[in-house]
Amino acid sequence: MTGNEALAEGAIRAGCQCYFGYPITPQNELTAYMSAQMPARGRVFIQSESELAAISMVFGAAAAGARAMTTSSSPGISLMQEGLSYLAGARLPAVVVNVQRGGPGLGSIDPAQGDYFQSVKSGGHGDYHMIVLAPTSVQEMHDLTIHAFRLADCYRVPVMVLADGRIGQMMEPIRLHEGPPPPAPRKPWALTGAAGRDPNCVRSLLVGEGELEQHNYVLQDCYRHIRRKEIMYHEKCVSDCETLLVAWGTCARLARGVVDLARAKGKRVGLLQPTTLWPFPEQRLRRLAARVKNLLVVEMNCGQMLEDVQRLAEGRAPVHFKGYPGGRVPTETEILRAVMALRPPRSVPRRKTGKRK
Amino acid sequence: MNKDNKRMLYKRPEGLTDKVMHYCAGCGHSLAHKVLAEVLDELEVREKTVGVAPVGCAVFAYHYLKCDISEAAHGRAAAVATGIKRALPDRIVFSYQGDGDLAAIGLAETVHAANRGENITVIFVNNTVYGMTGGQMAPTTLNGQHTATCPSGRDPAGMGHPLRVCELINTLEAPYYIERVALDGVGGVLRMKKALHKAFSVQIAGKGYSLVEILSPCPTYFRMTASESLKFVNREMRDCFPVRVFRDQGTPQNA
Repeated sequence: MTGNEALAEGAIRAGCQCYFGYPITPQNELTAYMSAQMPARGRVFIQSESELAAISMVFGAAAAGARAMTTSSSPGISLMQEGLSYLAGARLPAVVVNVQRGGPGLGSIDPAQGDYFQSVKSGGHGDYHMIVLAPTSVQEMHDLTIHAFRLADCYRVPVMVLADGRIGQMMEPIRLHEGPPPPAPRKPWALTGAAGRDPNCVRSLLVGEGELEQHNYVLQDCYRHIRRKEIMYHEKCVSDCETLLVAWGTCARLARGVVDLARAKGKRVGLLQPTTLWPFPEQRLRRLAARVKNLLVVEMNCGQMLEDVQRLAEGRAPVHFKGYPGGRVPTETEILRAVMALRPPRSVPRRKTGKRK
Repeated sequence: MNKDNKRMLYKRPEGLTDKVMHYCAGCGHSLAHKVLAEVLDELEVREKTVGVAPVGCAVFAYHYLKCDISEAAHGRAAAVATGIKRALPDRIVFSYQGDGDLAAIGLAETVHAANRGENITVIFVNNTVYGMTGGQMAPTTLNGQHTATCPSGRDPAGMGHPLRVCELINTLEAPYYIERVALDGVGGVLRMKKALHKAFSVQIAGKGYSLVEILSPCPTYFRMTASESLKFVNREMRDCFPVRVFRDQGTPQNA
């Protein structure tokens, strides 16, 4: 199965009732899969007129209490920022998938990781967050999508699966989810017709005195709760490592191989791979940064997660960077070369970040 | 008849809250809300109705209408209504939109929802200006009409001509019922009620897309008295936007 198909099948098995999408490379297999599979199950599929419309249809379906999803790639996700902000403001659960490609602008149709900022710092207007999940394999495309529906319903927030064209297009054997979909909580706020109850209203416009301030505190409480409970990450060989690689998505997948290659050459290298990019595994990174000699961030961009790693390392160890912003997936050998070139810092730096490479 | 032998001739519709409306004196929205509430009551569908409020003067519709209501991002009401209707096909779904929302920023959503023949009712209140933001030029502003952003009057060279939404939607295959009415007097109000009744009946019967355009006065930004605004609707606006049934039972109607 390709990553895109595994993700689509995950959504179906998670009980996604409504799918809305607009064609864009490199995620077209996903929309095509849903166009065949959703109607066959009596569920909703619409090829929308734009990404603006797709995310607004998701908004409507979510407001009506349905599990809803849309998928796109970078330029399309830019158009969806409006809807994401409204979903967050109105506290609606939804799953949005970004199979990233190169940018800015039309960029390329090749895999890239240039949308980290847009995703984890929230690309739409206002103070909000999405939960952002970063799969590294076809299996994770499937599993994390199911998890995304659980999280969305649990916290009433939009959840993004942030993949890239490489993981979307690659084929791997996977184990399909056979259990029931994640339990759907009651949705007393949903718009189902005000029969025997007061009317419900789904809104994000709060103009009464102090109303918006209170609402934003409620959102922040929710985000604090998510930060406490939902951080996910993987590690490899961190117990004795001197050099810590930090990477997500496709780069994390490559970095796992680099750890083995470097260790075979006698270099003690480990890997921290955040699965949730927001909430970021902040405590874990702080602790690891305090006991390694070097950190090396590897991304297919010019240094986006790098800024979070620098912020969290707080100068305890120099943070180096290897970036590939051209819509090109690096090889393990290239990354290995960067790892082998690292030297232990001359003296323990004092609250000072290392140079970018 | 009650026990005092008095007949109830007129009352507040069940579907309307008793909140004082924020609309300006002489505005058509309050009347449209009231009649909409009456129609939902008469068709006995209020408790299975979900409305979509626009960005614009009617954004607070949920303060006044006693049915479930969602806001939508500016212009996206038809897409939000589509999402709701597809998720809950047995509910009655309407969007209530102004000219900026429906005919400018949301024209794509409007056209495509109509083209898919979504089984929803679109209520389009056309008062030729952006009321909420201070009376700017709308896509439906008449040629020569003065607004905050065409202070010398709308000049079609460079600003374009007023956009005729019913005529545009009537070029599509899918819509089932399209009518334009004018809130320019008692007859207009009754005609609006009949049109809304028909539009919702079409949806209840599962026939498909219905659109009712309501030419409506905005005395504040016409910079006129309430009665002058009614005359403006009756003469100038009707001149540009003919009041008639454009489509019935899926068939285009002759003028």
